[in-house]
Amino acid sequence: MSGPDGTAVPPILAANRISKSFGEIPVLFSIDFDVRPGEVHAIIGENGAGKSTLMKILSGFEQPTSGTITYDGRAVTLPPNGEAEALGIVLIHQELNLAEHLRVVDSIFLGRELKRFGLLDGRQMRDKARELLETLHVGIDPNARIDSLTVADRQMVEIAKAISRDARVLIMDEPTAVLSLAETETLFEQIKRLTARGVAIIFISHKLDEVMRISDRVTVLRDGQLIATVDARALTPDSAAQMMVGRELHNLYPPKHEPDVDAPAVLSVGHLSARGVDDVSFELRKGEILGFAGLVGSGRTAVAEAVVGLTHRSGGEIKVNGRAVHFANVAQSLAAGIAYMTNLTLLTLQRHLRGPFLDTASEARALERATRRFDIRARDASVRVGQLSGGNQQKLMLGKTMESEPDIIIMDEPTRGIDVGTKQQIYHIIAALAAEGKSIIVISSELQEVIGLSHRVMVMRFGRIVGELVGDQITEEQIVRHQMGIEGKAA
Amino acid sequence: MTTTTTGEATAQRRRPRLRLGALGPLLALLLLMILGASLNGNFLTIANMANIVARASFIGIIAIGATFVITSGGIDLSVGSLAAFTAGMIIIIINSLVGPLGPGWSSVGIGILAGLAIGLVGGGANGALVTIGRIEPFIVTLGTLGIFRALITFLANGGTLNLNFQASDTYSPLYSGNVLGIPLPIVIFAVVAIIAELALRRTTFGRHIAAIGSNEQVARYSAIKVDRVRLMTYVLQGLLVGVAAALYVPKFGSANSSTAVLWELQAIAAVIIGGTTLRGGFGRIWGTVVGVIILELIGNILNLQNLISPYLNQAFQGAIIIVAVLLQRSRKTTN
Repeated sequence: MSGPDGTAVPPILAANRISKSFGEIPVLFSIDFDVRPGEVHAIIGENGAGKSTLMKILSGFEQPTSGTITYDGRAVTLPPNGEAEALGIVLIHQELNLAEHLRVVDSIFLGRELKRFGLLDGRQMRDKARELLETLHVGIDPNARIDSLTVADRQMVEIAKAISRDARVLIMDEPTAVLSLAETETLFEQIKRLTARGVAIIFISHKLDEVMRISDRVTVLRDGQLIATVDARALTPDSAAQMMVGRELHNLYPPKHEPDVDAPAVLSVGHLSARGVDDVSFELRKGEILGFAGLVGSGRTAVAEAVVGLTHRSGGEIKVNGRAVHFANVAQSLAAGIAYMTNLTLLTLQRHLRGPFLDTASEARALERATRRFDIRARDASVRVGQLSGGNQQKLMLGKTMESEPDIIIMDEPTRGIDVGTKQQIYHIIAALAAEGKSIIVISSELQEVIGLSHRVMVMRFGRIVGELVGDQITEEQIVRHQMGIEGKAA
Repeated sequence: MTTTTTGEATAQRRRPRLRLGALGPLLALLLLMILGASLNGNFLTIANMANIVARASFIGIIAIGATFVITSGGIDLSVGSLAAFTAGMIIIIINSLVGPLGPGWSSVGIGILAGLAIGLVGGGANGALVTIGRIEPFIVTLGTLGIFRALITFLANGGTLNLNFQASDTYSPLYSGNVLGIPLPIVIFAVVAIIAELALRRTTFGRHIAAIGSNEQVARYSAIKVDRVRLMTYVLQGLLVGVAAALYVPKFGSANSSTAVLWELQAIAAVIIGGTTLRGGFGRIWGTVVGVIILELIGNILNLQNLISPYLNQAFQGAIIIVAVLLQRSRKTTN
């Protein structure tokens, strides 16, 4: 129904110069975007590029800081909390949005229940739900409780729910991330059926092959900026990857000092398997910064958790300084010299360090040491951790981690939600630690960070290591190609 | 669908467990009846059973309200205090009306309506503090537990409020009377339970309560008015406390600071025994009804034997809550 250039069909939903900030952090900069009836318009971009935020704005879950939304040619303010569904704009959230205790049928009709004589019409809802699920070719029992379903089945329920909404615009935020190939095919059939009826589809995916297959147009976002909107047929994997990344390294990162070629391996992991980790092997040498790249959910954090004993290891072996180890908990790994630092730990820190620090002299000394070393800016030592800025919290965290004098430090997203100035400080601290002979693993979704810091980079996909990049190979393009499966070992 | 095999296996393992969960309270009830019958030949008589259910009706009506609150993920600790306060107010209002209106049904009727209104407003206050005030329900209702308890003590001036004798004659048939041979409190309990079961299972209100208790964000994203539904659960709880108080006054004819003490414990215990999830998301009224009867049976059986002191009754109730929640949790973690 829409021609390839689409000029004949006016857009049904459009974002006009939309900007969005959360607090002081801008996430979208003056984005123009539109979708036409019967069209599949895909959005691609790295983690944190602003795709999900844009989708939430287009469906009313977030309000833009500036700019307007046009729906059916008229400027509108979309109502919040999914009420835009009544207007025909339906969003399938990236994080699954189903209540675990409800049955499938109740979930599909939640907030829009069918009634008869003022009471719920259970039979009609069940019949309709069954019909919907049958069109999706999934054998899901409408009476099954959501918490008894697999993640893929839950996704199909979400899709059934969205289809049942009689959407005119259907927005899908990474719907295929958890689906098998067959399920993805079914979804695509449904998408074709919907577009044939004139439904406009906005589709976010990290899988380029899918995007190129089903979309009419593709929009690339990067760091909250609109890079380009192009015809899907004009897109190649290479051009897409380049548009998604292509930017210059700036001076944020300290110079790299490669570890000695004969530096011993302090940590060797062989054929590690655990929940979300499939046969992962790598070595970490003394004084090395090893980057772990990959999409969220690709198994990077799962590897770290399995190494330090947070999750159960189902296979493989781990050696520290050549000695096989098996940590049952974090305390044991810490005692062996491995510290795991994650953003989440801040929460526990907050609990333990509330109020004036327990006033033993040694603690005060430790705090002072950390404050000086890491340049933590607090009014005084009695300030609560929660009142520190994100950057200072993270530096305090570093201070706390270093107090145990670990030889190996695993950092999971060390700079998430931190301003650039503090990031730079943290990068220099990390480089200095490595120069001292500490060995560091950096897990990050920010490619720049991985590239700017790491001596070597492991790229993960679906729980496996799909690529190891050294020296000149460490570029955004290479990492993106690996993490999206364009290059490297089959995943 | 190769990726789903593990999930299907867990789904299959799950089902018999759920059924066991559904039958649990009924099994416990059966065991208690057998135990009671073996202790005393008069235990299983219709008269004794009717007596037990009638006595369970106060807590039962309150526990039905608590089922709504708990299913939505809330908790109300103030129900016992509110019941005592409401009973006291009913007595005061009727006594003051006996002068101008006489001891007939007009005085008693106004007293009852006022009691329902007081319960409703009390519950509404809890609900408003939880939803508009954004305070944890545990804290809100712990606070009002203290306030209502103090108010009844204050109203009775540290002593006991007694219902006017003549008004009492008018009022007492509401407890002692019967319809077609069925004692009135049982009839009222049954009517409340049936309406509540219908409301929880067959109306959007009930469905939304479960959705909110299961996952508030999902409910909000489904365009459900979360705060309004939450508020309504506390209002309903308050109204049912009013109903229970209006039934309590004709039975005892008095109220004081030790009226309805620890009813919140019994109400919450009954809800949890009945299979409603303490963290919200799933509730069932019939389970609560069975739970209340189980609690009453335990009390009755303790009175029939000499091995364990009946004074330990509430220790049983407390222990039952803890064990029931432990069972709920282990059911969850094994999956």
